[in-house]
Amino acid sequence: MNCCEGLKIEIPKGANKIVLAGNPNVGKSVFFNALTGMYVDVSNFPGTTVDISHGKFGKDVVMDTPGVYGVSSFNDEERVAKDVIIYGDIILNVVDALHLDRDLFLTLQLIDMGKPIIVALNMMDDVERNGIKIDVDKLSEILGVPVIPTVAIQGKGIDEVKKRIYDAKLGKMHPKILEYLEGIKDKVQLQSEALMVLEDDEEMLNNYNLEPLNLREEIYRLRRQRVDDIVSKVVLKDYDRSTIRQKIGYFMLNPITGIPLLIAVLYVIYKVIGVFVAGTIVGITEETIMQGYYEPLIKNIFSNLFGGNSALFRAFAGEFGLFTLTPTYVLGLLMPLVVAFYFFMSLLEDSGYLPRIAALTDKVLSFFGLNGRAIIPIILGFGCITMATITTRLLGTRREKIIATALLGLTIPCSAQLGVIAGMIAPLGAKYLLIYLTTIFIVFALTGTILNKLLPGESSYLFIDLPPVRIPRLSNVLKKTWTKTWMFLKEATPLFALGALIITFLNETNLLIYIQNFFAPFTVNILKLPKEAANAFIMGIIRRDFGAAGLTDLVLTPEQTVVSLVTITLFVPCIASIIVMFKERSKQEALSIWIGSFIMAFLVGGILALILI
Amino acid sequence: MTLDKARVGQKIIIKNILDDNIRVQAIRLGLYEGANVKCSAKIPFGPIIIGNRLQEIAVGRELAKKIQIDVLN
Repeated sequence: MNCCEGLKIEIPKGANKIVLAGNPNVGKSVFFNALTGMYVDVSNFPGTTVDISHGKFGKDVVMDTPGVYGVSSFNDEERVAKDVIIYGDIILNVVDALHLDRDLFLTLQLIDMGKPIIVALNMMDDVERNGIKIDVDKLSEILGVPVIPTVAIQGKGIDEVKKRIYDAKLGKMHPKILEYLEGIKDKVQLQSEALMVLEDDEEMLNNYNLEPLNLREEIYRLRRQRVDDIVSKVVLKDYDRSTIRQKIGYFMLNPITGIPLLIAVLYVIYKVIGVFVAGTIVGITEETIMQGYYEPLIKNIFSNLFGGNSALFRAFAGEFGLFTLTPTYVLGLLMPLVVAFYFFMSLLEDSGYLPRIAALTDKVLSFFGLNGRAIIPIILGFGCITMATITTRLLGTRREKIIATALLGLTIPCSAQLGVIAGMIAPLGAKYLLIYLTTIFIVFALTGTILNKLLPGESSYLFIDLPPVRIPRLSNVLKKTWTKTWMFLKEATPLFALGALIITFLNETNLLIYIQNFFAPFTVNILKLPKEAANAFIMGIIRRDFGAAGLTDLVLTPEQTVVSLVTITLFVPCIASIIVMFKERSKQEALSIWIGSFIMAFLVGGILALILI
Repeated sequence: MTLDKARVGQKIIIKNILDDNIRVQAIRLGLYEGANVKCSAKIPFGPIIIGNRLQEIAVGRELAKKIQIDVLN
């Protein structure tokens, strides 16, 4: 068996797999960069949003893993980390010295796996600053593996870790757990696999066709007790007062200060992304570069090949062409927005603010059958629904994924659309803005509440670690932004291309006009809008902003404007996000969300028209 | 009593967690039968924040109702 089947990482013959393992936010990436230098590859683990960075250290391969509290299968990060760790040859375990009691659980688990281990005891500066004293030699003696104190961000101790990496040793295992392991070791190939079997890991049990032994809790408890015992022996002097960072953390959590702070932060993000990036930057990338230089070039090439008036020309370089619409949309419009969103999300994540936002919003989201973690795809939805729908993978249960996907598809306007909506509604004044916002909010709340009531099962609870508040490191934030953007582009571009082909097909066969005509009577009779508004709605399937932009050409009363904007917000998301929904969810679920959004859009729009017009 | 009834600043001792999945995850974070922790913050109607030395964990209110505790002071 090989760890890297899913990842497609090439491991040269005879090379060792050096695996970096540690809890979240312990500074693993600094060690990774120090070991591998510049040549680093990133592989996505199929079906997850989890990436594995890998590079070379001499002739050996170094693999990073997502930060986890232990090796098991409680979420995607853990499943991926587990897959890499159990087949690693040498483990470099990065430990946050300040959170020794939390981090040593993983360390002891790695030792129980029977892997050669070296521990980097990181953040020793934080330890000193808090007046804590740790007996490093004693820790090394108890664990039976080398322990090297480091301050990675200042480069302290890194060379020592590099020099001593091959000194990694098998640690001292828990005697009781060793006893359990002896009992099953001939049923599997590796000790790491045996430990996973002991800990009732479903995937491993399935691999070997074994029944669970129901020992996990017992083993975890034994390990936890040993951690507490070790901590009491090696921590000579503990912290004596709450830190300033903890105080900032409470400030973020307390609703009286936390809610205004959250609103202020979101406002800044909106100003930067919604105004600067969506306006100025996209103006340059989409209009000047893509539509000004790129598209004419492509049109020229394809009209020379196929003539300027053939169906082939239109398929490749026409209004909805594969090489015109797709690159302009993905690179010109979406990429700057996606970069900006991931930049802010990484900033929030690395500063420790994101988990606190999740805690703060947990109560509100619980009405809709979601927990605080769902705030992440919801915020991302204001950037791009396609990107946000992919991110729903991080939610705990199937029902949470359905609810979040439905809310995203139905009610959240993406940034492409938001710009046009804001532009149309601003001149109408506060009253109409309020009508728009209230309507969308009511639909959001009702949809969430109803789905929460209707869907069977239970949602998962919020149970998250709140890492210390700290100033994020720019290099880390930029690296995260880049890997996430790259992953999105790789995953989404084929979907947008497929979308362009479908639209070209509908257009060439005149089906597009047929669909528009089908919707025209609803538009005129129910929504009380001009017949042409139906075109705008249908164009919204291609790109949501196309639809919204189509409305600006019509002569509408303020009431009609609000009705049409509400309808287009609720109306089906763009074709790429529909494809993503079909990819992520079952056919039946995706279809229900899709058709549901048609019905909701006309229903809510119709009610609003009845009241207003 | 249960964790949702703890008051901010109280030192508490975990008695039991009545959710199989969370109980196992919680051991890893140092929350298990007999662990001494602190109720370090409470978001009105929302999660309870448990402090364990320098580590903090946010526990959803509904989950807190399934965590049995004793108050030490």
